[in-house]
Amino acid sequence: MKKILALVLALCMVFALCACGAKTEAPAKVRIGMVTDVGGVNDKSFNQTSWEGLQALDPAVFEVNYLESKTDADYQTNIQTFIDEEYDLIICVGFMLADATREAAEANPEQLFAIIDDASIDLPNVACLMFAQEQASYLVGLVAGAVTESKTVGYVQGMVNDSMNLFGIGFIAGVLESCPEANVLQYNANSFTDIAAGSTAAKDMITKGADVIYQAAGGTGVGVINACDEGGIWAIGVDTDQSTLAPEHVLTSAMKRVDVASQDISKAVAEGNFTAGIHMYDLSNGGVDLAPTRDHIPADVLETVEAAKAAIIAGEKSVPTSVEDCPEFTLS
Amino acid sequence: MAGFISEFGIILYATLIYTPPLLYAALGSCFSEVSGVVNIGIEGMMTAGAFTGTVVAYFTGNPWIGFICGGLAGMLFGAIHALATVRLGADQTIAGTAINMLGPGIVIMIAKVLFNSTDTIPLTAEQKIPMLFRGVFDTSTVFGRFMDNVFANYATTYLVFLAVILVWFIFYKTRFGLRLRACGEHPQACETLGINVIAMRFWCVCISGFLSGLGGACVTMATSNQFRPISIVGQGFIAIAAVIFGKFRPQGALLGCLLFGFCSGLKVVLGGSSGVNMHLISMIPYVVTVIVLVLFVGKSHVPAANGKPYIKSK
Repeated sequence: MKKILALVLALCMVFALCACGAKTEAPAKVRIGMVTDVGGVNDKSFNQTSWEGLQALDPAVFEVNYLESKTDADYQTNIQTFIDEEYDLIICVGFMLADATREAAEANPEQLFAIIDDASIDLPNVACLMFAQEQASYLVGLVAGAVTESKTVGYVQGMVNDSMNLFGIGFIAGVLESCPEANVLQYNANSFTDIAAGSTAAKDMITKGADVIYQAAGGTGVGVINACDEGGIWAIGVDTDQSTLAPEHVLTSAMKRVDVASQDISKAVAEGNFTAGIHMYDLSNGGVDLAPTRDHIPADVLETVEAAKAAIIAGEKSVPTSVEDCPEFTLS
Repeated sequence: MAGFISEFGIILYATLIYTPPLLYAALGSCFSEVSGVVNIGIEGMMTAGAFTGTVVAYFTGNPWIGFICGGLAGMLFGAIHALATVRLGADQTIAGTAINMLGPGIVIMIAKVLFNSTDTIPLTAEQKIPMLFRGVFDTSTVFGRFMDNVFANYATTYLVFLAVILVWFIFYKTRFGLRLRACGEHPQACETLGINVIAMRFWCVCISGFLSGLGGACVTMATSNQFRPISIVGQGFIAIAAVIFGKFRPQGALLGCLLFGFCSGLKVVLGGSSGVNMHLISMIPYVVTVIVLVLFVGKSHVPAANGKPYIKSK
């Protein structure tokens, strides 16, 4: 009995795998495969944005597909599935896929890859799509510094590493630019999932007088926004337009246009001019920006922000990208 | 001194934010364990409650209907667990593990159907659990701010402490409570005295699911305003730990949950103001729990028949 069961299960698995591979062949179309990180395709963050970007591509030209990774162990197998099916481009979403992408790219030099948020892979068949998150954070920092009345603003980060620190460095630089005497309260929640910690950290900052709080902390940030909403102060969203979380109290959000980046690289593949190496998405190419929701920002502040944006694009102004250039950033 | 009062207020605030979900679930766990059924499916039941609560509140516009429906959703999963373990005599640990997988799975599937996303639509202020004593205290003074941080809290936070008293009363002052405890100690003796052990355990597991569902709904309807797959991550297991910590008594579970909540608050306050590595500070709640458990809490009395399926014919 057990043997029969085992056999049936084994057959099921074989057929399940075959089913994955049996997608209708359409050789004329450019086939783009996307591998998510463990956040999944509906993460309200870069996986989702990236997939939305791909879906918006012309279906007459592109055939798009995604594979969700449930654990870190799935990265390699998911990438391999797309390689076996001879996809034209495989987009790996997130720095967590860096190792798996590098191995696959070395083993399959003919296969084109793109990876989001990682710049460590230097191979002729890999495009690294990077975002200048410090620039978007700088702009929201300018806004925060301009609207704060208590001269105290807060910042909550989900994890300390070079990439995450850019959010804080840019934000603090922006705040101090528009309000040099401002005090920036900083907190590292060391978690992207602890809603209560976000809420407590925000409450602590409100008690200490903060009236604007920016967060780059995933789910922990949801707690921050919630506490700001209850405390009647401004919160600033990150990655996507987070104003739906608290329409009355989300001032604006620092957006990363992952959708634009994945569309660009897909179109480049279709046109036959894929280029490897780092593709930087910043203010100049619309890769990062303030969210469309900015009704709460006073008009004069918005003008200052637009001016700063123009200056950064023109190269007249630069945003710090390291802790050395922004000693006020104290998280470690 | 003013700084201390202010920081202390934050720690108490955090305690009161972290504790209620754990405490609802821990009270639920007490019902199940004391009646003799191991329920490690608390986490799955919380997830069901967390999701259902926000969805119902979103569609009806009434937080209390949502909150109760969250409990009922937990109860449904409790009934599945009870059916498997009490009626059909399945292994309680395995059935509980199945609930922990089933809960999030079903919930995310329904979320995708309803909202085309794994997150629900954020609740508005009217759809959220209301806050009591909001704006009562003058927040311009340090003391007023302290009172506001501590006492201007969600209605569910006040409710959970009343629930502890209620559960304590049921357990130790009512006939139902005596029978419930007896079922967990010696079901055969109960049966000979005319108590329907199967029905008793079945309902206790259902109540356990109901309370866990309320705990889950607290997270998504009070602490935050939307369900996300990361809303319930491990709270169910901490609640079970708190029950063991509290020697399977509601008052003990209260202390266990408060201790964990307090340490979590300490974590946030210390993490913001000291230069100590955050990874070390993040360990505080867990390390303190282990230390207290080893040093100060004596041997726990586990209900004698806990975890053993009751089969009438034996």
